[in-house]
Amino acid sequence: MKRYDMIVIGAGPAGLSAAIEAAKRGMQVVVYDENAKPGGQLFKQIHKFFGSKEHKAKIRGFHIGEELLAEASALGVQVVLNAIVIGLFPEKEITVKIDSHVEHIKGDTILIATGASENMVTFPGWTLPGVIGAGAAQTMMNLHGTLPGKRVLMLGSGNVGLVVSFQLMQAGCEVVALADAAPRVGGYGVHAAKIARCGVPFYLSHTIVSAEGEDCVTGVTIGEVDASWQIIPGTEKHFDVDTICLAVGLSPMSKLCDMAGCAMEDNPGKAGFVPVVNAYGETSIPGIYAAGDVSGIEEASSAMIEGRIAGIAAAARLGFISQEECKAQAAQQEEALSGLRQGMFAPGMRGKKITETEEGVAISENLLRHGFVAEDEIERFPGVTHNIGVHPVIECTQNIPCNPCQDACPKHCIRIGSNITALPSVNPEQRCTGCGMCVASCSGQAIFLVNEDCGDGTAEITLPYEFLPLPEKGNKGIALGRDGKTVCSAEVVQVRSAKAFDCTHLLTMKVPKEFAGKARFFRKEEQA
Amino acid sequence: MRIQEHPILGTYQKGELVPFTLDGKTLEGYAGEPIAMALKNAGIMVHRYTKKEHKPRGIFCAIGRCTDCVMVVNGQPNVRTCITPLEAGMDIRTQYGVTAQQPGGKAE
Amino acid sequence: MNDRNRKLKPFVPQPDDDLIVCRCEEITKGEIRRAVHDGMFTLTEIRRYLRTGMGLCQGQTCTKLVKGIVARELGVRPDILEPSTGRAPMRPIAMEVLAKDREEKAT
Repeated sequence: MKRYDMIVIGAGPAGLSAAIEAAKRGMQVVVYDENAKPGGQLFKQIHKFFGSKEHKAKIRGFHIGEELLAEASALGVQVVLNAIVIGLFPEKEITVKIDSHVEHIKGDTILIATGASENMVTFPGWTLPGVIGAGAAQTMMNLHGTLPGKRVLMLGSGNVGLVVSFQLMQAGCEVVALADAAPRVGGYGVHAAKIARCGVPFYLSHTIVSAEGEDCVTGVTIGEVDASWQIIPGTEKHFDVDTICLAVGLSPMSKLCDMAGCAMEDNPGKAGFVPVVNAYGETSIPGIYAAGDVSGIEEASSAMIEGRIAGIAAAARLGFISQEECKAQAAQQEEALSGLRQGMFAPGMRGKKITETEEGVAISENLLRHGFVAEDEIERFPGVTHNIGVHPVIECTQNIPCNPCQDACPKHCIRIGSNITALPSVNPEQRCTGCGMCVASCSGQAIFLVNEDCGDGTAEITLPYEFLPLPEKGNKGIALGRDGKTVCSAEVVQVRSAKAFDCTHLLTMKVPKEFAGKARFFRKEEQA
Repeated sequence: MRIQEHPILGTYQKGELVPFTLDGKTLEGYAGEPIAMALKNAGIMVHRYTKKEHKPRGIFCAIGRCTDCVMVVNGQPNVRTCITPLEAGMDIRTQYGVTAQQPGGKAE
Repeated sequence: MNDRNRKLKPFVPQPDDDLIVCRCEEITKGEIRRAVHDGMFTLTEIRRYLRTGMGLCQGQTCTKLVKGIVARELGVRPDILEPSTGRAPMRPIAMEVLAKDREEKAT
């Protein structure tokens, strides 16, 4: 029987990272993946990642995928695609279907990195063509260049629902509404804000009553739910849509772990049925590891680090490195991981209601309820300041582990400090040159450059812009507020594009100066 | 509908435009793309009708997990069209139930 | 959950009992609720009794939904219900392929 030092099941962020670390230390590694392409979900992630440099922050997910693949291939990691692992046995043996055969392979260590599957909800009409998972929408748009539909309703306000809503708009769909049965937006406020200011209405405490249509979706009705999740009669709202997108959470795909006989637990903090693992990701069966979403739903950034730790531990187990080396190398990774697990969205915070930031600033209730920070709330956040001349306005209002803005500013105007979740603040002593690096570096698209008074009764606002067609200098249109509603008329005075901005264009618009604090998005006037 | 140009991804790499048939009617798609994408871009939403209730189904997960998009491809039933690459001249048929049998065909 | 003396409240029809839950085998919410009242208290029993999760997709979509419905019917938290047994093959696979079981050729 063929034997490897390490068998990795799943070529996503966790699996590839583990394979890389193991191969670096001299191990012979094989990675099996059931899909035709490696990378797991990374190649569908076209937004810039959060975190700090060590977590590959401000790099778009698909670029991270390309980096991982290149690194794995340079190290001689063998990635076998269209290879479905159908069985995993406690003797560290797997059965895998390749082509039209089933093969048996032994691993001295095995890493399970099978990821997650999407949760679904039922409602009348949920089996109609046109009702799709959010992952399906991402796959269609970002891998296959296909629009899932023209008019879409998104169900789910977690990061997946928010990010995919934005991606739908980038691809050219209209997102008519975002609904969630929960009373508060579940994902990052900055993700919500960037779709709210494009005009997407948020319906929290709302769920789908029914999908309509004979052979495919032609409409959807949503309604408000009461405390026991029942629809309140009379609150129904109808939308004409051709697509309903479901983003109601993920569950670990841990069946293989269970089958191998690993000790399992149903852990709501990890969003489901997961193998019990130690700090190195090792399950109750020595030599079998689990990393990434399969051992608890988190972000791809943490999956990569968990994978690296498991790869290091597997190398130590087989004697490719010493226990001391393992400890030291894993500790470095664990520090990076703990950085990601801080703040309001840390795994331990699930379900907890937060009322103020680490700095003691009351959080925006409007953001949680409607997807945008209200005008009477925004001024209290440390990134929002007033100054003479052009200066950054940072509408970052929640403690999330992310700090690229701090390093992006060549003049050191922006301060986060060593605590990665701290809200960014603006140093008024430093002179902003208006270079825009902070605007482009903010993964949450929450930084604007504002010149509140250009001296001629106008103000200039520079905002991140990732849509097509790209407006041009001289284009006239309307400025939208944080709520996506028309604020005033506006004219584009500059559009900057640069390689360093990585497809985030900087659009500068001129508005009457009284709207400097309100105008946050630009929409070109429709040609009659 | 196809995305012509994407603000982040630019243009998409496509294979050769090839003909295939759906229930005998000739359509076109790009070789190598999932059959389901070629159908979606041709405006086809219904991939099959279920066995018990005869209800329409189409793309749901798009990654080969849910098996809702299965069709009869070159005579073989239950082919997951969302992960099966399109080839020139493929004979694709709407699936009824879980077999290759077509309506009006001989009894099971 | 193997306590067969567990007292359930009487079965009350609900307006959404005709909702499809298992998309592959077309099993409804009402059928699952009824099965619990027929004495199927574990997810493995439900699976064998109704074929939920035994169709083409092998429970990829409905596993969690079925668990929620059974738990509510039993009046317990879903996380205390044991998942149904996991066993090879984890994915639908043609019998022909299973029959061609072999060891990987040394390369």
